[in-house]
Amino acid sequence: MTSTITILNATTLSASPLRDILHEVEKNLRCSVSLQKHSLDIEKTFDTSRGQYYSTAILTQVMKRAPVSTKCVALVDVDVFIPVLSFVFGEAQFGGNATVVSTHRLCNQFYGMPADESLHVQRIAKEIIHELGHTYGLYHCRNFECVMRSSTYVEDIDLKKSSLCNECWQLFEILSLNNLKKNE
Amino acid sequence: MNSPIALLIVDDENIVRDSLSKWFREDGYSVGTAENAVVALRQMQTQHWDIILLDIKMPGMDGIELQQKIKEIDATATIIFITAHASVDTAVQALKSGAFDYITKPIDPDHLSHLVLNAIKHRALQNENATLKEQISEFLNPDDIIGDSPQMKKVLELTQTVARTDTTVMIRGESGTGKELVARAIHCNSERKYFPIVTVNCGALPEGILESELFGHERGAFTGAQYRRKGKLELADGGTLFLDEVGNIDMKTQMDLLRVIETKQFTRVGGNNIIKVDFRIICATNKDLEKAIAEGTFREDLYYRLNVFTIIIPPLRERKSDIPILANFFVKKHARVMGKPVASFSAEAMDTLVQYDWRGNVRELENAVERAMVIKKNNVILADELPFQLSEHHQYFTSGSLAAMEREHIVSILKQNNWNISRSAEILQIDRVTLYNKIEKYELKRPS
Repeated sequence: MTSTITILNATTLSASPLRDILHEVEKNLRCSVSLQKHSLDIEKTFDTSRGQYYSTAILTQVMKRAPVSTKCVALVDVDVFIPVLSFVFGEAQFGGNATVVSTHRLCNQFYGMPADESLHVQRIAKEIIHELGHTYGLYHCRNFECVMRSSTYVEDIDLKKSSLCNECWQLFEILSLNNLKKNE
Repeated sequence: MNSPIALLIVDDENIVRDSLSKWFREDGYSVGTAENAVVALRQMQTQHWDIILLDIKMPGMDGIELQQKIKEIDATATIIFITAHASVDTAVQALKSGAFDYITKPIDPDHLSHLVLNAIKHRALQNENATLKEQISEFLNPDDIIGDSPQMKKVLELTQTVARTDTTVMIRGESGTGKELVARAIHCNSERKYFPIVTVNCGALPEGILESELFGHERGAFTGAQYRRKGKLELADGGTLFLDEVGNIDMKTQMDLLRVIETKQFTRVGGNNIIKVDFRIICATNKDLEKAIAEGTFREDLYYRLNVFTIIIPPLRERKSDIPILANFFVKKHARVMGKPVASFSAEAMDTLVQYDWRGNVRELENAVERAMVIKKNNVILADELPFQLSEHHQYFTSGSLAAMEREHIVSILKQNNWNISRSAEILQIDRVTLYNKIEKYELKRPS
């Protein structure tokens, strides 16, 4: 598989966890993943009435920057929302090239728990893989261990694995081939 | 998901519609949107939607009003209200107007996810319930009450009318006319059809046993009562109690039964706990209850309690036009049971059936047809395959004279003894010569 994924890092994560995240994504999607500095105007998306950042506005910025043949993930550490929901872990352009993942609610400290870097990395990697799955055209999966299972609590993320279940993987292979043909 | 759940989002805010539809599409739902009531109603007309997320505050027609219109189009639609203003009043109003639930903006994603999943489960259960009810209705459907005669049409009409009420019904008619069938038809067409119809054959049980059968008993209530047992009254709770041969109930049980009918509560034999029950009573009798009252064997107050709506089933001999229909129905029924091809009647056989007196009514007719189906040699049932010499029988028996009775009896004995004159004379307690004389007198002929 020769599809390329670019992560636009807008977080304060250090090199080590970022390396681990990249490795996890590469391993599970069998794609080459690169890390880039971001040029996103995150502050512009801040909603004063909610005290959160508007996820769809960030996604729009990513869409404008994403090259046709590359899937772009904006990795942010601010709390993001879509208007009708109180928060989201991430948002993806379904069948498109862009996605946003927030690390804000993925760290233990947010829930008053002691920090756990390894768990944090795992959660971020799972969310990136999940949102990228949507950009390839994958829907939520019912398999509770599949990374494409819908997660509305952080505990849900911990329950699932970083990998796609067999069914989703087969679909992913077809969809990524179609994706490559479309971009040729 | 094999067949995606169709979800319609009705909200005047574009951003809400977009974000919600995106959220649900990722979950594999088939999502539609409408920005106002007019578009929503148009969407309802063109497609079936399983779940509708409905904003309460919208310009023009609001969500509550729109819900009523939606329910007119699809009464089964599951509606979840979305409101930006979390007020108890709005929530109560929404739920009172038949909504499944409501949710406040901004929505907790987990709450939304669970709410929709619950709505889907609720809907699946509703559908399953409806399907099961249909299956039960088919299962419960009693044998058809067959008959095209004006008398039976009247019976059917009365049955249909009274079924929709909760009135006590008394069914009267000779033995074998199908009183229990009518009782079951009333029950199965009533609101109580999903509860049992419990039959008590009052004529078949001795006094003490009938009491225990009706009211149940506590452990140790009498010798042999080792376990507590529920009575038929308790088992009929919610449904129908069918008291067959009600005219045969003893005086003590009549009094107990009257009390139960009036109070809808009773105690088990040997018990103190009051048990409340709710059932409808249908009773049947072939007895002359008015005469029984006059003789003091049936309580007048119970009679008036039971005799609220009366259905009289005419005997078969008074509705001869029903005989061919019934006979053909029973042929088909027994052909199916016996795994034989459906037979027809020869003209002579059918004439025999129509002319016969049918003292045992429909039950006797069914038995006769069943027997003919067993012994028939080919696919047409002949007159001599019926269990009686009908033409002769009819000619004499219907006259009601002593001579006709005598002739009938002689024919029967001769047939039973294969026309052995000596044996028949012995049974008839007459000498052979007298029997020969009578054979001659009644122009009896040994069948070839």
